[in-house]
Amino acid sequence: MSVAPPPSGEGMPAHPDTWTVRVREAAVQALPPEKLLPDGQPTYVASWIYVFGVASIASLIVIIASGSILALKGPAWWHYTGVGHFFNSIHMWSVELFFFVMVVHLWGKFWMAAWRGGRARVWVTGAVTFLVAVPTALTGYVSQQNFDAQWISTQAKDGLNSVGVGAFFNVTNFGQMYSYHVLLLPVAVVVLVSAHVLLVRRHGVVPPFEIDSKKAALVSTARLDGSGSSTPGNSPASQPSTGAQS
Amino acid sequence: MIGLLAVVLTVLFSSPDDKPSTVAQWSRELPANFVATAAKELNSTSDTAEYGPPYNHNSGGVQHFLFLHPQRWLGVSHPIDTAENYVIDPLKTVPGDPALRSAVAEYQAAPEKTKKEWGEAYAQPLEEYETAVEEKKTPPKTVALNATTGAVTVQASGAGPVPRMMAGLLALAKSGGLDGSLLTSNQFFQTDYTKPLLFMADGGLLGERAEAQHLLGEQWGMMNETGSYPGQAWLWLYALWYQVEPIKSSSNADIQVMIIMGLLSLAFICIPFLPGIRSLPRKIPIYKLIWKEHYRSQQSV
Repeated sequence: MSVAPPPSGEGMPAHPDTWTVRVREAAVQALPPEKLLPDGQPTYVASWIYVFGVASIASLIVIIASGSILALKGPAWWHYTGVGHFFNSIHMWSVELFFFVMVVHLWGKFWMAAWRGGRARVWVTGAVTFLVAVPTALTGYVSQQNFDAQWISTQAKDGLNSVGVGAFFNVTNFGQMYSYHVLLLPVAVVVLVSAHVLLVRRHGVVPPFEIDSKKAALVSTARLDGSGSSTPGNSPASQPSTGAQS
Repeated sequence: MIGLLAVVLTVLFSSPDDKPSTVAQWSRELPANFVATAAKELNSTSDTAEYGPPYNHNSGGVQHFLFLHPQRWLGVSHPIDTAENYVIDPLKTVPGDPALRSAVAEYQAAPEKTKKEWGEAYAQPLEEYETAVEEKKTPPKTVALNATTGAVTVQASGAGPVPRMMAGLLALAKSGGLDGSLLTSNQFFQTDYTKPLLFMADGGLLGERAEAQHLLGEQWGMMNETGSYPGQAWLWLYALWYQVEPIKSSSNADIQVMIIMGLLSLAFICIPFLPGIRSLPRKIPIYKLIWKEHYRSQQSV
């Protein structure tokens, strides 16, 4: 998709070479609107396994929403009010659901070999998200200010100290752990999940094995003919569509 | 749906919130254990005192793997002098007790060798007492516990001013003053609980509570939660290695497990690039289940 230059007039450059224009054009080229927010999804996405990806995002939203309410009232609130305990419980259960659905999603993607067709970065961002989510949860557990936090922090310190990480990441330092839990690590998770989803939009949902090999053959033929090429299964628009939003 | 499910689970099961232990509680519920631990802190023979980096320059808790010594390399970043931080400094804050102040002054003025002798003379009967209690045997008469006052009397000759100091520390702990004292530093606002937590971890109260809640290492505690709640079940593989020999009985178990999990994590990230692993999905056709409807519709076409 090409970007029309702004109308030239008096005092208006035809196509300014500014960083905003460069960023905009690169972004639109990588993710044109019909890819960013597609009309439909391939028909092969009609399988229950695909629910677990969006369920992971939904869980993350509930975690952040409930966590934000807990953060608004401060770390001690949930210990002495019923409402606070309610939101803490939602936060805890949404974390359990998050890891459960994410692990099912991960296994599903493994058995689909979802890294095919130039989608290695999708797998990598997903894997790193899982690995970053683990210390995000751990910092939450040690920030609870109850017996659980006392025990987990005094035990976890040994593993971290043994590899030198304990020298700058102190699980018994509530202030530090709370900061990591409420801000630094959730930001990292959200950035990784965003990159993951944008890469899925860019490359499209990986096709089933048979279509992949047929399309690869078609694309190879197209390249030999000198016509334009695309990664197999790259564009959702190139697949028969259900018309439903994914 | 996820939000609804979280609310349903909340309404049905709520979440755990076991109250934290305090030093005051510990000194009241397990006074002999408290005094025994405090004696080790004064004598620099406790787990924290002997730990090494990041708390001090000893080596009791220092781990390595082959030529890798990251714990030592990263050094002491959170210095703790157990004798000063856990005993001497808190005792100096106790007002209106000239006998206690005199005992502390006498201890501080003594040469290191004398301090060690006093400390060992006092700690020995307490260690025997703790061992007897752990093995459910009759405890020695050298340690007496007053059930009414909670006072601990240790018959130890050659212990110098240590018995007086320990009695003063026990009284301070029971009053709640030691909890506050251990959090004190140069700043008014505090958020770092390292000192009181390590002190309590050196003692028996946290471990006793943890065992009752199946949170110990040998109980796969890393994955568990208090009560019957699910914990960090995703740490199952991390917890598994600690149950397997030779890691289980190794003094370098932590670094060994961290290295194994680090390598597995790296392999997990790099699955698309690992020959053999990346071919498994095609060889084990679980994808036929996943795309069952798609293949069926293709066949009918």
